[in-house]
Amino acid sequence: MISLTRTPSLRSRCEGAIKMALFAAAALSIVTTLAIIGSLTFETIDFFGDVGVGEYLFGTKWAPTFADASFGVLPLIWGTLYVSLIALAVAVPLGLLCAIYLAEYAPNRVRKVVKPVLELLAGVPTIVFGYFALTFFTPEVLQGLFGLHVDVYNALAAGIVMGLLVLPTIASVAEDAMSAVPASLREGAFGLGASKLQVAIRIVFPAALSGIVAALILGASRAVGETVLVLVAGGQGPSMSVDPGGSHQTMAAFIASIAGGDLPTGSIEYKTLFTVGFTLFAMTLLLNVVSIRLVRKYRQVYE
Amino acid sequence: MTGAQMAAAARRQTTVIPRRSAGAAISDIVFRLMMYGAVGLAFVGLGAIIYDFAGDGLPFVDSSFLTRFPSRVIPERSGIQSAIVGTIYLMFICAVLVVPLGIMTAVYLEEYADRDRWQHRLVEVNIQNLAAVPSIVYGILGLAFIVRGPIGMGPVLLAGGITLSLLVLPVVIIVAREAIRAVPPSIREGSLALGATQWQTIWRQVLPGSIAGIATGVILALSRAIGETAPLLVVGAAVSPRFNPNGLDSAFTALPVQIVKWTQDSEQAFVQRAAGAIVVLMALLLIMNSIAIWLRNRYEQKW
Amino acid sequence: MSEHVSERLEPAVEPPRLIPEPAAEAQPTESIFDVNGVAVFYGDHRAVTDITLKLRRNQITALIGPSGCGKSTFIRCLNRMNDLIPSARVEGQVIYHGQDLYADDIDPVQVRKRIGMVFQKPNPFPKSIYDNIAFGPRVMGMKGDMDEIVEGALKRAALWDDVKDRLKTNAFGMSGGQQQRLCIARALATEPDVLLMDEPCSALDPISTGRIEDLMLELKADYSIVIVTHNMQQAARVSDMTAFFTVELDAGEKHRTGRVVEYAATDKIFTRPDDKRTEDYVTGKVG
Repeated sequence: MISLTRTPSLRSRCEGAIKMALFAAAALSIVTTLAIIGSLTFETIDFFGDVGVGEYLFGTKWAPTFADASFGVLPLIWGTLYVSLIALAVAVPLGLLCAIYLAEYAPNRVRKVVKPVLELLAGVPTIVFGYFALTFFTPEVLQGLFGLHVDVYNALAAGIVMGLLVLPTIASVAEDAMSAVPASLREGAFGLGASKLQVAIRIVFPAALSGIVAALILGASRAVGETVLVLVAGGQGPSMSVDPGGSHQTMAAFIASIAGGDLPTGSIEYKTLFTVGFTLFAMTLLLNVVSIRLVRKYRQVYE
Repeated sequence: MTGAQMAAAARRQTTVIPRRSAGAAISDIVFRLMMYGAVGLAFVGLGAIIYDFAGDGLPFVDSSFLTRFPSRVIPERSGIQSAIVGTIYLMFICAVLVVPLGIMTAVYLEEYADRDRWQHRLVEVNIQNLAAVPSIVYGILGLAFIVRGPIGMGPVLLAGGITLSLLVLPVVIIVAREAIRAVPPSIREGSLALGATQWQTIWRQVLPGSIAGIATGVILALSRAIGETAPLLVVGAAVSPRFNPNGLDSAFTALPVQIVKWTQDSEQAFVQRAAGAIVVLMALLLIMNSIAIWLRNRYEQKW
Repeated sequence: MSEHVSERLEPAVEPPRLIPEPAAEAQPTESIFDVNGVAVFYGDHRAVTDITLKLRRNQITALIGPSGCGKSTFIRCLNRMNDLIPSARVEGQVIYHGQDLYADDIDPVQVRKRIGMVFQKPNPFPKSIYDNIAFGPRVMGMKGDMDEIVEGALKRAALWDDVKDRLKTNAFGMSGGQQQRLCIARALATEPDVLLMDEPCSALDPISTGRIEDLMLELKADYSIVIVTHNMQQAARVSDMTAFFTVELDAGEKHRTGRVVEYAATDKIFTRPDDKRTEDYVTGKVG
């Protein structure tokens, strides 16, 4: 008769060790977040020891590397918002139209082609978008096709091409949300004599609204955090102007432009890296938390 | 009216079921055009991007381009060997780090952790957040802790690899969790009912059943990692090095970094060679994605 | 591990008795499970209550009753499968070969090696037929010729002739009835002495069902079988003893709790039951 009792065998000790190792791996993600927040906060506080919070938040000139340095971050925030707004102005309508098409109209054969193309677009490295904006979009499209008088480095090109970059994100998350709306809702509307357009706009779109808003916010977060596209095509000159034809610099582009090996630790430039990074992180964190909440909400409703 | 008059009046009526109004038909057509236009613009955009870099860059891609090292002065004698080798090394370091850590974390969260406790929810939200943090923030993290700070190994290959690993780890965790979740509970029950322990069930049933999904996800995550520029710029990748990395503690560069530097160059000849490097990068991504799709089609477990 | 295997191969030795078994010689056959006052809770909800019965060796015991009256919950107590549900709690005793399965020092993994289970929907592993059968013995570290073990299990499940030429093919390619017999063979490979079957035929067609019922009658000689079934005719066809479960609403009409109304020889349950509720159920007056 076999014993049924627990024995502190080698096997059960191994099981315990395995569980601990797995837990440690999971804990790494918490450690990463703490490290990010910790490093950004620490240097930011240090920075505000040298530069006043007011000057940082409300100053309109950003020139930290100059001999007569200015540390007003508004130009960077403005650059970030401006380029992102242009990007969203492109990506939101186009992305939502693509999403409605894929979710409500497209026949299967067409879907099988369109979805991979969008996934391809999503998989193109952002530097390629930057190259495209600088070497093709500005000279051939803006200056050539539309005859606009824009600088070589300008926010308009960076913004529009960034819209193309963000479009697949918005399209796929919004399409997900709309596809999750149950067929029974659509059938009820069709049964009452509604047209396809009416069902798509009046029934499906509102039903999927929280997921769609999540898609928009996720797209905005991607736009805000995007670095090399603006670095390469938007120029290195922070500006508070509303002229999209001139160069603008975003927070992320600034960080990338001053980083790189030779920045002395503890110098004021080094600290600006973290302070601007903190500002950027706070902005995207806010956007991400809201969008994650919304995605959870729309998933819960239909599952 | 007489009966004959009523019958005549009835015949003059055209249809019992009214035709669609002109207004509805027009709205439908306009909307359809808008959707086709949106999808069309996405296609055109992708096409233009490919046309741009392929047109500029293909002429330069030959064996000498692939085997030479970059020159800072002479474009005609520049090549991307150090960039290609750096990218491949970074990919391997990434794979070695994220595969075990990602799978272990996913296994812990799916199989061992108690879903009702608030800590579990916290870890989940944390991972979703980390997946949406801008890549440049990971660069700052790497700079603060790995390149300088407590670990302080300098702007070396391993630092770049670890930074990229932290960047894509959340994505791998999310993908691995989904693959593990796809294994039906009945398989686990069957295994446990035969007297297997929890770890035996995971090791012998759950992981083999989800490995195809995990592998596909890992390859896609790695292809994202090698397209990333911003974190490597902040970590301090070398500019046009004339050597391959000779160890984990060596200076390094990568294809996206080389592309950025050449794109920013004032000499047009260098800018064109950036396009050549883009061609090589895209070819590499194409190969990786094809492998992932092949893996998925061949080995995907259909339950 | 190895000492466990050698223990198994020796003839059965009397275990140290924790609870003196009352007048064992007077019973027709030895009881294999002695269930005393078992209740199962999911959180605060009492799912089954007051179960007391003896399940006998080398017999087929059927658990019948309408849906939701706790038959599956109860059968899963017998091999500690309820442990897999975090909020589940079991009170009472389940004495198996003189040991209470719910004592603090009992290892559920060991329990499940001795008490096998077959589920409602066949759940073969996505592996070859051979590897499905070999899985149980392998995780136990059973020594012996694996080919022989696999062949023996398949023969006992009356599946050997059907599959002997394709042992290495994927189990998913089998029909539903064959898959379920594979699951039975898989359970038998670990050499249990009890086989628990939770509605094993409900997902199968009538011909496969008939084959499995025949198989159960063959297996009775070497194993003790407990089967949950919705199909009264099946219970009447194969079982020696039948327990009839019913569900009761509590005073507030909010909670449903299952209990055993009557437990007796199958013959009696279906022809001259003591309780009116049993009679109503087996004659089809209530569902």
